[in-house]
Order: sequence, then C-alpha cells, then structure tokens
Amino acid sequence: MTRSGVREWLPPVAVFVAVLVLWEVSLLVLGVQSFLLPRPSAIASSLVSEWSTLVRGVAFTGLEAVGGLIIGVILGTLCGFATSRWATAREVLLPVAIGASTIPIIAFAPITLNWFGPESLLPRMTIVAVMVFFPVMVNTIRGLTNVDPGALELMSSYAASDRQTMTKLRGPNALPYWFTALRIATTLAVIGAVVGEFFGGPLYALGIYITLETGHSRYPSAWAAIVLACALGIVLYLIVAALERAIMPWAAARESGR
Amino acid sequence: MTTASGFLRRASSSTTTVGRPPGHSRSRRFFGIAVVLIGLVLVWELAKWLGGDPWRIHGTVAGLQIDYEHVPPLHWRIADDLSLPHVWDIVRAFIDPAQRGGAPLGVVLAGQAAFTFGEALAGFALGGLLGLALGVLFVHSRLAERAFVPYVVASQTVPILAIAPLVVVAIKADWLSVMAVAMYLTFFPVTIASMRGLRAFDPRSLELFRSYAATPRQVLWQLRLPSSVPYLFSGFRVAAAASVIGAIIGEQTAGVASGLGSAIINYNQYYISGPERLWATMVMCTLVGFVFVGIVNLAERILTSGRYRPVEGLL
Amino acid sequence: MTIDPTRPEAASLPAFPVDEAPTVVEAVGVGKVFGTGPGAVAALESVDLTIHQGEFVSLIGPSGCGKSTLLRLIADLTHPTAGTLSVNGKPPGRARQDRDYGMVFQAPVLMDWRTIAKNIELPLEIMGYSEPERRRRAAELLKLVELEAFADRHPWQLSGGMQQRVAIARALSFDPKLLLMDEPFGALDEMTRERMNAELMSIWRRTGITIVFVTHSIPEAVFLSTRVVVMSARPGRISQVVDVDLPPERSFETRETEVYFRLVTRVREALRQDEPADEGPAVTEAERVRNEGLS
Repeated sequence: MTRSGVREWLPPVAVFVAVLVLWEVSLLVLGVQSFLLPRPSAIASSLVSEWSTLVRGVAFTGLEAVGGLIIGVILGTLCGFATSRWATAREVLLPVAIGASTIPIIAFAPITLNWFGPESLLPRMTIVAVMVFFPVMVNTIRGLTNVDPGALELMSSYAASDRQTMTKLRGPNALPYWFTALRIATTLAVIGAVVGEFFGGPLYALGIYITLETGHSRYPSAWAAIVLACALGIVLYLIVAALERAIMPWAAARESGR
Repeated sequence: MTTASGFLRRASSSTTTVGRPPGHSRSRRFFGIAVVLIGLVLVWELAKWLGGDPWRIHGTVAGLQIDYEHVPPLHWRIADDLSLPHVWDIVRAFIDPAQRGGAPLGVVLAGQAAFTFGEALAGFALGGLLGLALGVLFVHSRLAERAFVPYVVASQTVPILAIAPLVVVAIKADWLSVMAVAMYLTFFPVTIASMRGLRAFDPRSLELFRSYAATPRQVLWQLRLPSSVPYLFSGFRVAAAASVIGAIIGEQTAGVASGLGSAIINYNQYYISGPERLWATMVMCTLVGFVFVGIVNLAERILTSGRYRPVEGLL
Repeated sequence: MTIDPTRPEAASLPAFPVDEAPTVVEAVGVGKVFGTGPGAVAALESVDLTIHQGEFVSLIGPSGCGKSTLLRLIADLTHPTAGTLSVNGKPPGRARQDRDYGMVFQAPVLMDWRTIAKNIELPLEIMGYSEPERRRRAAELLKLVELEAFADRHPWQLSGGMQQRVAIARALSFDPKLLLMDEPFGALDEMTRERMNAELMSIWRRTGITIVFVTHSIPEAVFLSTRVVVMSARPGRISQVVDVDLPPERSFETRETEVYFRLVTRVREALRQDEPADEGPAVTEAERVRNEGLS
C-alpha cells in the first residue's frame, strides 16, 4: 500500500479503534451497565449469537436496498438523459423533479405495503427506487447541461453531430455529477429500506428486528443489527467509490491538488 | 446558433445567462408543474378505468347530475379502490370531517402539519448550524477531515429508525427527541455542502488574502463564507426536505399525537375503512416538504439578490 | 473554392506575390446587431474584407470594435444581420459542415478527462479518421508544437502556454486550409508570446495555411501578419488596412528593424485616430453570450 494510502485511512481507523477501546474500558471500569449503549463486547457477542437471524435480515434488507438502488439509478439516468435532450422538457420537468425529491417518500411506505404485502421485497424496493430516482435524474440533467459554453462552441466548430457532442463532451462532463448522486443514493437506499420496514415486514428484516429488540429492551442485539445496517450502507458507498475511481481515474488525481 | 439544435443552443444559454427575465421562467415552471399534475391525475384515473374496481358515480356536481357506471376490462390489484382511491375521493376526504361531527380532515391535518413543521424547523436550524460548524472544522483541518468525514458519512447509513427509539428513550421530552432526529438527518447534507462551498473560490483569492497577512478567521468570514452561500443553499434545500422526514419519523417513534407522524399511523391502522384518509395525509406531508423548500428558496432569493451568479450545485 | 479572374482586386494584396490566389474569405457589407430596440448594439457595420489563400490577416482594435464578432461570423458561430459573407466560396454554414477551418479560442478548452494526445485526436474522431491515422497525426503535431513528452499527461498538468500549444495542434490536426485564432496568446507572458509567435510563423510558412488572427497586441499583429486590419468601435467597423511589407521570413531580429518600428507606429497611430472622447460600455462577454441566446 502506498504511503499516501496509509495516510488516508489511518486517521479514521485510529478514531474507530480509540472510540471502541475507550467505550469498552470506561464502561468496564465504571462498572456501569449501560442500558441504551451496551459495551462493544456485549454487542459483539450478541452479533455472534444472533448471527443466523441477522444474516437473513441483512440479506433481505440488503436486497431491498440494492434492488431499489439499481432500478432507481437506471430509471433516473434514462429519464435524466431523455429530459436533457429537449430544452422545453427540461425547463418543465427539472423543477418538478427537484420539487419531487423533497417529498417524504417514506411516508408512502404504508401504501406500498398495502399494495404488495408485508412478506414481499417490493414495498421497500419501490420506496427506495423512487427516493433514489429524483436525485439521480436531477444530477444527470445538470451534468449533461452544465457544460462549458466554450467547449460547446468547439464542438460546433467541428460540425459535430448531437450524438458526438453527447458521447465526447456531455457524457464525460456528467460523470462527476452522476457519481455524486450515486453516493447520496446509497445512503438513501439503506435508510429507505430500513425505515420502510417500520410499517411491516418479516420478523428478521433488519428494520423490524431493530424495532422489536428495542421494544423488548434487548439493546445489545438491537445494536448488533444497527451495526450491520451501518455496514451495509458503508459497503454500498465504498462500492460506488471504487466504481468511481475505476471509471474516472483522472478525477482523483485532479482533486488531490485542492 | 447554427444547427438550430435546441439542445445545444438552450443548453449553453442556460448555463451562462445571468439574468433571465423572471416572469418567463416562473410561468414556465408553474406550467410545468400543472402539466405534470394533470398528467399524473390522468394516468391515475386511466389506470383505474382500465383495471380498477367498478366505477359507480351518482351525484351532482355544480348543479349537474352525473350518473356514470363502468366496469373496467382488466384486473390490477394495484388499481383497485383500496390501493388507489379515486382522486376525487381523496379530495373529498379533505373536506369531510375527520371524526364524527368534527372539523374537516383538511383542517385537522393542517394543524398537525403546522406542528410537524415546527419540529422540522427546529431540527433544521440546529442541524444546519452543526453542519456548517463541521464544514468549517473539516476545511481548516485536513487531519480532522480525514479522521471524521468517514463517520459523518457513516452516520447517515445508520438508519434513522434505529436511532430514533434510543433517542426517545434517552431524552425524556418528546418534542426534543423529535427535534434531535430531525437534526440527525439535516446535518449531513449541510456538512457536505459547506465543505464544497467553503472551498469553492478561485485559489488565487486565497493567495490574495495571504498577501494581506489575513488571519484564518478573516479568511473565513471574508472569503470562504461568502463564496459558500450558493452551495449552502443547495444543501439547505436537501436538509429542509430531510428535516420533514426526520420530524415525521421521530413523531412516530416518540408517539407524539399532535403531528403528522401519528396521523399516518392512525390512518394506516384504519386503512381498510378509509384509504383516502391516508392518502390525504400523504398529500399533506408532501405539502409541508414543498412549503419548507419554498421558504428556503425564497430566503435564498432575498439574501443573494443579484449578488451571485446562479450556481448549479452538485447537490 | 471559386476563383473569379474577372473580379477587380481590392486593395488586399499579400506581401508576397500570390497570383490568382483563391479567395478564402469574402465579406461584403457585413453587419451584426445584437439585441433589438433601444438596447440594440451594432457590433459590426458595413464590413468589407477579402482574404486570399496564404495570407496572414490580423484584426486589431479596442474592446467592442467587433473583431471577435467578425471572426465568429466567419466561423459560423453566429450569423450576420446584414451583408453577405462567404468562406471558400460557400456560406459559412457549409464551410463549417465541410470542416474547412480550425479554430483556436482564447481559452484552450481542453477536456480534462482526455490525455493530451487524445485531446489532439478529438476532431479527428469526430471527423471519422481511422485510429492508426489519428495516432500518426497526433504524434506529428505533438512534435510540431514540441510537446511529445507530454502526450500521456492531462491538461491540468500543463501550463497555460503549453495548453494553448495543444489547442493549436488540435486545430491543425485535420489539415484545415483556414485557421481562425481569437487572441490565443492573450494569457501568456511576453517571452512565451514571442516564442509562440515564432512557432506560429514557422507553421504558417510550412503549411501555406491562411490565418485570421484577432489580437490586442500591436507588435504581435505587425510581426505575424501580411495585413493588419485596424478596427474601431461604436459601431464596429474597419477603419484602416495596413499592408505589412516585411519579408515572409521573420525572426527575432525582424522585431528590431526600422521597417518594423515604422509599421508598428503606423498601426498605433491608426488605432489612436479613432479613439472616441469617452469610452462607453462595450459589449461584455456576458452580454454577448446572452444576446446569442436570444438571437
């Protein structure tokens, strides 16, 4: 690993380890049975003992999040692309999409539950897809249209076709915007999946599980599930970050200067 | 321009136009929203017409007698009256009394909406301040940024639902815990936006300030903060919407009776007897979100009137 | 390209004899008005100009004299509101479609996500050149502008002057017969500028290309051109044309000859002649672009 790479991840890891150690030690020393915030060791043991249920929960919730994410991103990108091509459509739909992204989609969770039933993946997938759709669409449009006018003139001077302008200029220009939306989308996906489960779902689904365990004051296992939900989100985010670095290798090098 | 490709021409003008005649774009925007709404209603009712429950409409509207019966040819569960009530039924739900002999649902919901809005606003204010403070911290200390930003991001992956019950139990006061939940959801977009905004100036300006031997605090107030305003507002927009969600979720876990969160739970419970009520509540939630974002936009327009080139932020 | 031998030659002979040189640019009574009504700005008015193959014509004048506008009219990036304009005997639109010219703007406008070599290949990709051909031309041009070592770097790793050289290489990659340059060296320091001028001169002599060059710098205009078109503002028009009778082989020593000084003085005086008493606001870049959107 390169030296700069180590410098990148060492501080957060150091913080993590430090907090963990501090937490464990202080509670141990104080002899306090922390109710709401159990010791890391308690959480860890709960993680191990409840593993079979938790794994099913992660799979279920994860599938909702990832499925909804993929659908929402694909649809959002396509719609953003289509909308950006026609100026009038863009002027009309962009404000609508921006406005729609402020709608608390999660509030519609009970309705999707009624549509598809509690045991299905679909209620949350729908919610996630809709939550993710708007930011992706808005940023796709912005990325495709916020182009340096000088570059547009350049393409015009080459008598480039619209398609060539799209593939050679607008597309690459839009990538940073698109990835920003994608990163936001991963956090939205996990939130949407877990919170959406609040209104109903199979018992092992992470959201339900957390609510139930909290209701029974079984905090170690509740926190174990929270940790897993967290890990799910982080993994998704890191996947997107890795994808970004693979597709846009030049961006990292350029941003490092600022 | 030349090839009269509306795409090229419009695109370039939209990114460089500094002052478009205001009436022109605002009427376009209203037109757009109206078109989308009408389209939505049409698609909705069309779906019900094709695959919903049988239509039996008998009544008078504005003095006209309407008798309409129709049996849809197809059968889609999603389009039946329980899953997708008629648009006019939802509208009527606003007017009908919420409880027997009580005030119209619309009035009751409005009151609850105002309550939720208050909590959202408080959470937004606190979350916004926290987000800005974090942004300032991270911009000034590379070490702090590297150490803590992953956790800021990770904080958003901790599903709010998980935190909410714990916050409610930890903080005895109901509305305070709701505010905390709202704050939790709002600080993140503001942090990200302020980190971008506080760095969004021409790097040569920084050298200019250094040549004046300006203190970091002067740089902050005279350079970074002013240049961050457009980005902050794009973050505020996202935060406003998030604070409404936070307030609603917080209310549901805390069991606050006077907000929209409990209204959702209530009408969800009695969904079978009146699906329109839940939908009406959804509409009200949406309106709260719109109003809040509208206020942020208005504030932006007032505070930055003409002094900033409009920035299409990444958020 | 049409050659009309019956046409009387306008006062536009290049410094070195080019008999029956084809007309590359022909402007007759060209005018350009931005906006309408009381706020309308006459950026150009009754411009008559003929440019022959192989010439190097500079357009020089104060801000708002329309020199950039004239260049953009030739490039078909905007349209005249009066008069006729032909490029290579065709309307500018056709010339653009036929890729008859290369253009270098004030800003290099390179794409960050492409390497230098790939940036030079951009027009070639658009115009459908094969890959081996593209690579050959890019390598050739990198050698021409002396940037071979930077082929795999990215634009932000290069200085402004180097980026501009890449832009020039890119403009030449498809062998256009006409090169349009809008203050390409404006952002460079004097030393680099003079060096770039020398490079441009050698490219010009080697390829026989026609160049229309917009500049603010009097020494640059005189050093580079066969003709200097002096323009004045409000309304934008051509006030004088100065024939530069310097030999085609120009070097750094040329800048120290008496002929050169005389010509520079002539151009300077021509410019001063038209200085109005008060400088009103000129058409700013933002205004111009906004007007483009409206027109």
